[in-house]
Amino acid sequence: MEARKPLLLSLIDGRGAIFLGILTAAAVLVPLLSLVIPANSAFAIPAYLVALFGKYLCYALLAIALDLVWGYCGILSLGHGAFFALGGYAMGMYLMRQIGTRGVYAHPELPDFMVFLNMKELPITWWGFQSFPYAMLMVLLIPGLLAFIFGFLAFRSRVTGVYLSIITQAMTYALLLAFFRNDMGFGGNNGLTDFKDILGFNVQAKETRVALFVASCIALGAGYLIARAVTESKFGKVVIAIRDAESRTRFLGYRVETYKLAVFVLSAMMAGVAGALYVPQVGIINPGEFAPANSIEAVIWVAVGGRGTLVGAALGAIIVNWGKTFFTGALPEYWLFALGALFVLVTLFLPKGVVGVIEQYKAQRASANKGGTAAAPAAE
Amino acid sequence: MNMPSRPRALPLETKAKSLTETLSVLAAAFFLLMLALIAAPHARAQGGFDVIIGLTTDKFPDTERALNELPGAGLATAPDIVEALVANRLYLNGPARKLYFADEAGKMFDAATGESADVMASALKKVRINNAVRRSLDAARGALTLMSPDPAKRKAAADSVFKSRDATALPLLEAALAKETVSANRKILEEARAAIVAGDSGANEVQRLEAIDILKSRGDQDAVSVLTTIASWSEGRVKAAADSASSVIQAKLALWRNVQNIWYGLSLGSVLLLAAIGLAITFGVMGIINMAHGEMVMLGAYTTFAVQEWARTSHPGLLNYSLFIAIPLAFLVTAAVGILIERVVIRFLYGRPLETLLATFGISLILQQAVRTIFGANNREVSAPSFMAGSFDFGSLQIGYGRMWIIVFALAVFFALQFVLRATSFGLRMRAVTQNRRMASSMGIDTNRIDAMAFGLGSGIAGMAGVALSQIDNVSPNLGQSYIIDSFMVVVFGGVGNLWGTLLGALTLGVANKFLEPIAGAVLGKILLLVFIILFIQKRPRGLFALKGRAVEA
Repeated sequence: MEARKPLLLSLIDGRGAIFLGILTAAAVLVPLLSLVIPANSAFAIPAYLVALFGKYLCYALLAIALDLVWGYCGILSLGHGAFFALGGYAMGMYLMRQIGTRGVYAHPELPDFMVFLNMKELPITWWGFQSFPYAMLMVLLIPGLLAFIFGFLAFRSRVTGVYLSIITQAMTYALLLAFFRNDMGFGGNNGLTDFKDILGFNVQAKETRVALFVASCIALGAGYLIARAVTESKFGKVVIAIRDAESRTRFLGYRVETYKLAVFVLSAMMAGVAGALYVPQVGIINPGEFAPANSIEAVIWVAVGGRGTLVGAALGAIIVNWGKTFFTGALPEYWLFALGALFVLVTLFLPKGVVGVIEQYKAQRASANKGGTAAAPAAE
Repeated sequence: MNMPSRPRALPLETKAKSLTETLSVLAAAFFLLMLALIAAPHARAQGGFDVIIGLTTDKFPDTERALNELPGAGLATAPDIVEALVANRLYLNGPARKLYFADEAGKMFDAATGESADVMASALKKVRINNAVRRSLDAARGALTLMSPDPAKRKAAADSVFKSRDATALPLLEAALAKETVSANRKILEEARAAIVAGDSGANEVQRLEAIDILKSRGDQDAVSVLTTIASWSEGRVKAAADSASSVIQAKLALWRNVQNIWYGLSLGSVLLLAAIGLAITFGVMGIINMAHGEMVMLGAYTTFAVQEWARTSHPGLLNYSLFIAIPLAFLVTAAVGILIERVVIRFLYGRPLETLLATFGISLILQQAVRTIFGANNREVSAPSFMAGSFDFGSLQIGYGRMWIIVFALAVFFALQFVLRATSFGLRMRAVTQNRRMASSMGIDTNRIDAMAFGLGSGIAGMAGVALSQIDNVSPNLGQSYIIDSFMVVVFGGVGNLWGTLLGALTLGVANKFLEPIAGAVLGKILLLVFIILFIQKRPRGLFALKGRAVEA
């Protein structure tokens, strides 16, 4: 703190350096290994793995967004999946408009499902989505706007704690029901799929997948740095104060609602970006992404990695999802048991998550090296 | 009728006129031919036999005619013939003029005598049907059932005549009316006759007005549709009477629709009440949301299923009363599971409500998957006991016994719980902990024990809710999930610390849901309610009945 480093460097602590280092390595190595070296080489990464890891990175960004509100501001949002899905829908709408006449019905304007539903013209909600910059703006604006309206109402009337969690869950549940409706004009049950191009490149092509992977790496790194910048600033200190003692912070003269709202909106936008990167990599977005269970699952990623650590959140997202891929492939019946047990065990025994355990271990070793008092065994 | 006379009246023709003339002659010839065809077998036969022979000519007009005659022919086998023809089991032997019908097992009978016949169906021709024949067949069937010895069948037949308003059925209707002894059936027959008479422009006005009065007193949607058709092609007083009668009925129907919405809403609300009340207790006492609450409901429903299967296999006599075993058992099972969860997981998470929420969500996943592994992912069937099946009429409202008993049960549980909370020492302690945990602890109340008991009580009530839900919903591993968010909404809306809030919240949401459904559709209605609650929280962040004072800041 005292020694004035350049702003960006001051944000990168030990954990962050390792995290960003791995991300950079991934962003360089994955293109090399999947595109440059021959496909039959032992080191070659197949396209499906690139997309799979790209998906994990999007989840990691969602986890960082969630950690920002939960770990630093104490808002347990059970509706962050909604912001993720809205960002995804905005991207999906852009991708749908890029299909053009290559759909089954070959309609120049309307996506297939609209022709199928006998719609005559493009709904007003779809206007402008053929333009990539506009769609990207919407990826940020729509989740941001929803978070703003929702947060403004909720925080202003001091809805906190479990009440807030339940209400956010109701929000994503309402959106789930709404997006299932065909007359919403977002593809109903089936959602948006059969994408062809993104910015003129085929979404199925290996090169595009690698590019999306690199974009996800960059987005995750940027998301991390933004979150660090926020939490390390004076603003961030107030936010942490709100987490620890909301009433006291309010009595000290801070406008608690404004701080909460700002963090909530920023977090929602990050979740939206994560969703937007997720959709072209998995090739579909449907109302299932709004399911309340998805949002709660995202919370457990953060808890597993360690809330309030950012890097831990990203790590947790990758660990849990890798475990999910493994379990659903090897022992499909036991995945829910494993996930359920994870929820229970992490909250009981790992309140600070994986990163917390590592920190504790390091602290113990440090004090042992100093020859101080014998480190007590980790009880909590 | 006057067709044949026209050509003679006009001796000089244009070409076009001569064409009409030729056509008329042809039509007349055809008409005569038809008459001859129909009359031929008819003339030869006596008593019931003309019908049989008419059916054996294998010609549609004969079949049609024979069917028209059938109800009045006094043939003992007439219902069998009609049913066999409907089921495509009526056979003919054309040259021998013999008619046979097969029963469901394929056994052949002589249609004239009803005695079993030694013929092979494969050697015979089936009696064919076209649309005209089918109309006659339906009419014959209706007419025969109007005279059926079974009152329920007579009622159904009278209903179908009312709907068809077939004027040719009028004589039959009169005959049936003369014989009918069941007063409810008489009423329907009279209404059917009224529907025909009121629509008959040939009948005199007084009769028609009387008939409209009868239709008006029937007062249902069918009567409205009859009256509007009549009004559309009648004039003068008849039209005015029909119009006013149908608007009177419609106003009455609208009123009953509202009553019905309220009833359905109360029924839904009572289910929500059962599901939410346990949640409100644990939330009120411990300040935690039990995400596994829905799974407690599910466990209760599966307990009901298990008890029913046990009764079915080992004590069939108890099957009808298995619910009475299931209710206390479901309470005990889920309460035990609840206390176990509290002792093993939740008590280590005090003061961390958000973590508790996550841990209980994990438990809900485990319970769901456990039930899926044990009982399978398919829906399980829990049959309704005899006293919950059926319904009775209250005005124009049909009230199902099942829903009625669920409302009664929900209210009984509610008041029993009120009693426990207000009048027992455990209830007093629980309320004390709800209002101020630390003060209660200082006064010597073992708050840990109260927490465990409260959690057990809340879970046990959820289990009883599961018993009730097993009667109206599919018993599946996902049962709990479909109610959990609604239950949360009830608790958020009603507030904690006061069960009246839960009652009011549940019933309000139930009724509001049923009123929104016809206007906005089921899904949109639900979305509107969720949005409403999100907005409602603005005004009253702690629900309708909030705890006041220090207890608020947990």
